[in-house]
Amino acid sequence: MVEMTRPVAGRSGATRDLSAPVVEIRGICKAFPGVVANDDVSLAVFGGEVHCLLGENGAGKSTLMNILSGMYQPDAGSIMVDGQEVRIGSPRDALDLGIGTVYQHTTLIPVFTVLENLLLGQGRGLSMDQKGALAGLKKVAADLGVDVDPHVQAGRLALGQQQQVEIIKALWGGSRVLILDEPTSMLTPQGIVELERVLLQLKERGLAIIFITHKLHEALDVGDRVTVLRQGRVVGTLEPDTVHATPRPELQERIVGMMFGEEAAALAGVAEVRGQVTGRRARREISPEAVLELRGVSVEPQRGEVGIHDVSLIVRRGEILGVAGVDGNGQRELAEAIAGQRAIHRGDILLGGTSIRHASISARQRQGLRYVTDDRLGEGTVSSLSVAVNLVLKRIGDGPFWRRGLVREDAINECALGLVEGFDIKTPSVQTRCGTLSGGNIQKLLLARELSFEPKIVVYNKPTHGLDVKTTHVVRDRIRELAEKEYVSALLISTDLEELLDLCDRIAVLFRGRLTGVVENRVGAEWEVGRLMVGGESR
Amino acid sequence: MSNLLTSTFLAALISGGILAGMPLLLAGLGEMVSERAGVLNIGLEGMMLMGGYAGFVVALYSHSHWLGLFGGLLAGLVASTVMVIFCVRLGLDQIVVGIALLVTAEGITSVLQRAQFGTTYPRLDSMAALKIPVLSGIPALGESLFNQPLVVYVGLALVAVAHWVLRSTSMGLHLRAAGEKPQALDAAGVSVTATRSVALLVTGSLGGLGGAYMSIVGAGIFVPFMTHGAGFIGIVIAMLSRGRAVWVLIGAFLFGMSVSLSTALQLVGVNVPQDVVNMLPFVAVLVALVIFAREAYLPAALGSPYVRGSR
Amino acid sequence: MVEVEGEVIPRKRWGAWLGPVGQSIGPILLGLVAGGILLLLTGRNPLAFYGDILKRGLFSSSGVQDSITRMAPLLLMAAGLIVAFRANIWNIGGDGQFLLAAAIVSGFGPGLVAVLPAGLGLVVLCLLAALVGALWTIIPALLKAVYGMNEVITSLMMTFVGVNLANLLIKGPFRSQKTSVPQTDVIPHDKLLPYLPGTRIHVGILFALVAVGAVYYVMTRTSFGLRLSVLGANPRAAVHVGIDVRRLTVVAFMISGAFIGLAAGVEILGVWGYVRADWNPNFGLTLFALVFLARLNALATIPLVGFYAIISMGGHYAARRAGLPDDFMLMVVGLILLFMTLTEYVAARRERRATRLVAGPKAALRPGGAHE
Ligand SMILES: Nc1ncnc2c1ncn2[C@@H]1O[C@H](COP(=O)(O)OP(=O)(O)OP(=O)(O)O)[C@@H](O)[C@H]1O
Ligand SMILES: [Mg+2]
Repeated sequence: MVEMTRPVAGRSGATRDLSAPVVEIRGICKAFPGVVANDDVSLAVFGGEVHCLLGENGAGKSTLMNILSGMYQPDAGSIMVDGQEVRIGSPRDALDLGIGTVYQHTTLIPVFTVLENLLLGQGRGLSMDQKGALAGLKKVAADLGVDVDPHVQAGRLALGQQQQVEIIKALWGGSRVLILDEPTSMLTPQGIVELERVLLQLKERGLAIIFITHKLHEALDVGDRVTVLRQGRVVGTLEPDTVHATPRPELQERIVGMMFGEEAAALAGVAEVRGQVTGRRARREISPEAVLELRGVSVEPQRGEVGIHDVSLIVRRGEILGVAGVDGNGQRELAEAIAGQRAIHRGDILLGGTSIRHASISARQRQGLRYVTDDRLGEGTVSSLSVAVNLVLKRIGDGPFWRRGLVREDAINECALGLVEGFDIKTPSVQTRCGTLSGGNIQKLLLARELSFEPKIVVYNKPTHGLDVKTTHVVRDRIRELAEKEYVSALLISTDLEELLDLCDRIAVLFRGRLTGVVENRVGAEWEVGRLMVGGESR
Repeated sequence: MSNLLTSTFLAALISGGILAGMPLLLAGLGEMVSERAGVLNIGLEGMMLMGGYAGFVVALYSHSHWLGLFGGLLAGLVASTVMVIFCVRLGLDQIVVGIALLVTAEGITSVLQRAQFGTTYPRLDSMAALKIPVLSGIPALGESLFNQPLVVYVGLALVAVAHWVLRSTSMGLHLRAAGEKPQALDAAGVSVTATRSVALLVTGSLGGLGGAYMSIVGAGIFVPFMTHGAGFIGIVIAMLSRGRAVWVLIGAFLFGMSVSLSTALQLVGVNVPQDVVNMLPFVAVLVALVIFAREAYLPAALGSPYVRGSR
Repeated sequence: MVEVEGEVIPRKRWGAWLGPVGQSIGPILLGLVAGGILLLLTGRNPLAFYGDILKRGLFSSSGVQDSITRMAPLLLMAAGLIVAFRANIWNIGGDGQFLLAAAIVSGFGPGLVAVLPAGLGLVVLCLLAALVGALWTIIPALLKAVYGMNEVITSLMMTFVGVNLANLLIKGPFRSQKTSVPQTDVIPHDKLLPYLPGTRIHVGILFALVAVGAVYYVMTRTSFGLRLSVLGANPRAAVHVGIDVRRLTVVAFMISGAFIGLAAGVEILGVWGYVRADWNPNFGLTLFALVFLARLNALATIPLVGFYAIISMGGHYAARRAGLPDDFMLMVVGLILLFMTLTEYVAARRERRATRLVAGPKAALRPGGAHE
């Protein structure tokens, strides 16, 4: 027997009723045109436990959770809650059964205040208990260590904060079961720690928690039981005994093996699996040639953003410059200013030495500037158009896909098939509506589009958000390879410090719209970056 | 002398404004409610016609204006159930259904009117006014503002009610959520279908009431196509109001007054071609829009049917 | 607001545009049956009534020619609406664009055809009509492009202004001195658009068919069409991918207005030769519904518009013979539209059913199965 790496004490609640599962799913099937998203899925969720649901992009995790929360109706199978068969015909039924959900894609209403968002579904008819809700919000927020103004519009909050509000909302609904579908993708490390703490508390109270994440170390930090889905089927479940008794590296290896089958071998020991960077990349010689230069750029804030102020930076040829910072400190403004989606009101931007301040978005694209947006559904893709069209969306009218304004379908389809293959996008066909893809696969589509067609410099905004471990690894490799072999520069905006440490040559830090410093990525850089991220002065 | 002229002019303008503005107010309020809930009711004018016709018939045979108004309200309600079933329950295209409803209503009311009253043209007595003591004594304005049929005051009260419901009740919150992001409302356990249905029924009732006001209080008679674009003006007023009931009130009376402008001008002996006068309110709105570049904020999910789980 | 499924690249399905047409037959029958019941209730013989419609609208040589003639402006307007709706631009102001163009064409027409050589005069007038239609969209277009102002409001305002302005023109500067009713001078018959050889159908129908074909082609095969679809489906994505959204908005709006103006030109130059004050054929709204039922597919509007033309030409005659008001047909058309939406629902449901798997899902359908 292997020695225990973590104490079990304190992790299993005293009130836990080990005998019967709170929720039991039996033989659930769910098909969409061209895909079987869930194929005879059975699993049991117990009170006082965190049940991690893992699997690659498109494995069917969200679909299963949508069935539990009443959003989808299964084609076959049954659901038992507390030993009784139930029909969850609507989200209302789920909430009445005490099942609360944080959905993968936000369900906050951006023009509503935080309070109004929380009040949704709380009252009926003419009543509205603002005071009660306010008090409740205070309490839960304090538990979570969250500090939000209840009267600010939800759309004005940083994505991380929005995610916290979603969690608060779900905590209100979930008295028995709490479903968290990638709740941590936008949280800061600090926020993740707080969330983990709250999950432990809830566990003690006997709640059953289903936790979906692509970060293995997070799953193992809080998880008691692990189920892995692959291509819509359950590959296997690791019981709490196994999870708690197996040493971390071995456990990770086993899970990765379950998730990716024979492809897992390639992932042995990579940083993305461990969630921690160990070896720092070798320092490279980088040519001094500046590809992108920002000189004192300022952008007016819109609707409660911070804007950016007097930002100057240089990205050299083949360099990966990271931009660290807590989300909502001007990242999107910076990216959009460079991409041309937003006017700058002071300063200048130079691409290859010439000013692009007044160049249109498409002119910048023609000069080899690419932008991977962090809003894949809102602006990155057109959900009603096909995968193929979305892959060439930034090349409308250009050869070889169009010739004198006329479309050449064969060229588009051929290219799309190549990209789908190359980036392993899971889709029934290239003609499928893009909106039906799973979150991670839409992200892959976005990356496939931007990293092809000879980029010169790419602005990445949270490039691996929502990607599974394998794809994250592939994407990071690709970013690195592009930089090293093809001298494609990158401005890599990320809230994930590990990612920045893994990839970047230098890391700049944004705080309240200002660049507080640029750090060489050497050993110990994380401390310096961390200090700058919370507003410390550059040394 | 000139004093007299101005006060006659003002009185005519105001009472005319109320007469023409009331149907716009009622219909506009209704439309605002359904727009907030995410349903664009292009068929509003049809609901007004149904209400106008049914109200007139009921009032004529029952000899009661009030029953007539109620009948108009019911007719609008019935017309809107079509939209509830087609657009909300079945998720069909709101534009097509709205237009179909409008065209059908135009046809039905016109055919029925001609069959029944095509030769006789019966008329209703005018509705008794409720004179508010003291206030109605205010020179020049009092008589026109505070000597109106009771239903006018009811209409004004509805503005306050709509304001309160939309701002400070759960129902209002749910309505607005249904228009902004129905999936969020659904996820919170509130039925989008029910919420939108209620909104549409309100629209239909108010539209019907507005039509009935036109035929019973305004004209005393129903003639085919008598709404004359009022439903569309109602839609515009509702959009410009950005969900604020008070703005519907202001918009409706400004429109109403510019409609009554030509009569008022004629009273004081100024003759302007009817077409110019007809054009004025719209030109005014356009000019205002150009100058203030007023962005009409429309609910994000306006016009899109909600089907749970589709993406 | 509109979500149009992009057949932009995907399939080369010729049947794609047959779908809406095939689906329309059932609802038409239902609508006619409903109308028939109403006819029965009023003591008329529905068969005789519908017989009259067909006789006048389709089966008599003059009837079918009239129906085809009526299709010309309707198809041109449909083409214009499709361009705008594809880009999610709500050009509700069709009536204003149409009537103003009609007024100006008939105002200047008599003078122009008198001085210019025959063919040239007509071409100039058609271009003038298109220009007027396009110009009348400029205010809503710019307000939308620059300030993001909702075009439903502005184009409705413009339509009310346009209708009245057209009347003012007809009653004022363009008013004919030869008649007592306010109307414009009449363009002599032999100076109007020529007829197709051997018929009394003017050549405008050819313009219309070409326009519809061109719109279909542009929408499905060209980069311009795809840009419009992207703008219509997700305006933020349009900005992100580098489409010049402002320009495209204005261009689409103006093309839409130009087609509608051209429709008016063709109707005046092909059929009437003049306009009377307060004339308003009210083509707009029903056409809207038809265009949506055709799912913004230009070719699919041809049969729908044809049907509508037959109904409106024949209905007029049948109603008069049956002693019913003209508006009876409005009701029938409205009901048919309602039934048409319903069949669409049934079809969509059938499609959804087909993908529900109850037992033993096929392995080939697994996620990613397509390329494994
Ligand atoms: N509404 C839908 N219509 C059509 N296909 C769908 C729909 N929802 C999900 N799918 C398909 O079902 C499969 C599983 O999707 P799901 O969202 O459950 O994946 P996931 O495991 O949550 O992936 P990710 O980690 O990327 O979020 C995908 O192939 C997706 O394309
Ligand atoms: Mg998912």
